[in-house]
Amino acid sequence: MLDYLVSIALTAGIYAIFALGLNLQWGYAGLLNFGHVAFMAMGAYVTVLLSMNGVPLLLAVLAGMILAGAAGAFLGMATLRLREDYLAIVTIGFSEILRFVLLNWSTLTRGSFGLFGYPRPFQDLVGIRDYNLFLAGLVLAVLLLVYILLETLARSPWGRVLKSIRDDEAVAISLGKNAFSYKVQALALGSAIAALSGSLLAFYLQYINPNNFQPIETFYAWIIVIMGGSGNNRGTILGALILWGFFSTTRFMEGYLSFSPTASSGARMVLIGLILIGLMMFRPQGLLGRKEELSIGR
Amino acid sequence: MADEVLSAISICKGFGGILALDHCSIRVKEGAIVGLIGPNGAGKSTLFDVISGFLTPDGGSIVFSGREILGLPAYKIARLGLVRTFQIPRSLMRMTVLENMMLGAQGQAGERLCNPLIRRHKVMAQETEIREKAEEILEFFDLQRMRDEYAGSLSGGQKKMLEMARALMADPRLLLLDEPFAGVNPALADRLIEQIRILKEKGLSIIIIEHAIPYVLALSDELYVLNKGAVLASGRPDAVISDRRVFEAYLGEGA
Ligand SMILES: Nc1ncnc2c1ncn2[C@@H]1O[C@H](COP(=O)(O)OP(=O)(O)OP(=O)(O)O)[C@@H](O)[C@H]1O
Ligand SMILES: [Mg+2]
Repeated sequence: MLDYLVSIALTAGIYAIFALGLNLQWGYAGLLNFGHVAFMAMGAYVTVLLSMNGVPLLLAVLAGMILAGAAGAFLGMATLRLREDYLAIVTIGFSEILRFVLLNWSTLTRGSFGLFGYPRPFQDLVGIRDYNLFLAGLVLAVLLLVYILLETLARSPWGRVLKSIRDDEAVAISLGKNAFSYKVQALALGSAIAALSGSLLAFYLQYINPNNFQPIETFYAWIIVIMGGSGNNRGTILGALILWGFFSTTRFMEGYLSFSPTASSGARMVLIGLILIGLMMFRPQGLLGRKEELSIGR
Repeated sequence: MADEVLSAISICKGFGGILALDHCSIRVKEGAIVGLIGPNGAGKSTLFDVISGFLTPDGGSIVFSGREILGLPAYKIARLGLVRTFQIPRSLMRMTVLENMMLGAQGQAGERLCNPLIRRHKVMAQETEIREKAEEILEFFDLQRMRDEYAGSLSGGQKKMLEMARALMADPRLLLLDEPFAGVNPALADRLIEQIRILKEKGLSIIIIEHAIPYVLALSDELYVLNKGAVLASGRPDAVISDRRVFEAYLGEGA
């Protein structure tokens, strides 16, 4: 039972951090990032590859965040002067290209064979038996930090400018705000946060390969953000908890039903889809979103 | 001339086939209110878009406070103190009235990504100042009791007021008002006239686009009439308004 709770805490925590990055971009700045998983993958691979080559773990994690942040900023700078949907197209393309590079650059990444046996934080100190419990604690601590960081920013003048850009960019510009720069900043910061979740995911899985980073992961982040209520950090965390609570309970129940794994994973997605449709019909603002924000429209 | 805050000279702007602005020139003296009238589609709002940097003209020159601003990005022009409002009010719907206002303040340390984290005290102190100023201006526009409402829930007239109040938060030197009286009820309009006069006394220069001619006459030191993208007449308001060509331009609109 404890193992079960620990595994939910780990996955939900990691995906909460992952989705918080997207919530900053979409919920606060109104940016369509459809390739969020790419930045998670960058975090995981950079951390693992550097630490396997002797770079201290903390530095390796930071390097992943910086690289992902730079990549996010670069994609923003390349597309944000065009129409807003270009960002969506380019990010989704970027995430798939990155996955193919990871698959094919086998001298570096060992392709679909994957990477394993890499260092994890404090693994010698904690020991293998309690490691997941320890890691869950670490993940929750990181989640708390990221949450506090994002809430502080959301309530700050910086967050106010971001929200104004989401609502009507022309107003922000007419009041002297460099909207372009703020969007790039939101992309960079959100991507760096995704990279952080990627490092943690790598520590949890002990084995990474490019197929961990399919487009479906981006889709999960979107479900989490929309379910919790766009622009609401607490909602995002709740969304992650619900999604992974749902996944693990259904996986648990699989044992009693005689579904094949593919059939049951398909059934799970159908169920998630139905839940999402139901939510959009009865609570379109998301679980913790504010109704007034929707009824007044744009 | 030294006492000119703005001179936009020979501005041209075409949209495909239409010449929205055709060698249009306008000058604003420091501390003056300039009225800008003309039939629908004359190019008034387009002129604002060009002056404020939201549109790039095909030709011309714009000097603001002794500096050529043509080609500067719109946000930089606003930072120099040339602030525009929009004809159709653009409220930040999902932000409160107070948040709308506070956004307008310039030079906010907390708008830099790191400052809210590492210079909390400075940011908070500045926030308190900005909030006080916002509440003062809201009072001035009779919007104080709406401060915590979402801007999206305001009436059309209130949105118009908020649009102007928010622009004032930026401490502009030159304010471009695009039809500030549209949708504002007559009682409030009288109040608005008083307030615009107070702003002028404080040294603000203003260009007002307005269809309601009595309001324009009540406020303007100088009047420009635009027709088909060009200045048809300009000068002292009473002289301009009795110019036959102006009357005909408005009549021509119906034909
Ligand atoms: N973005 C645009 N694209 C194409 N044509 C435009 C655009 N903006 C304005 N126009 C055209 O330019 C001309 C001038 O429009 P503008 O909005 O400046 O007029 P206006 O004087 O403000 O009129 P109104 O009193 O109705 O507000 C019109 O013919 C209009 O249709
Ligand atoms: Mg107009």
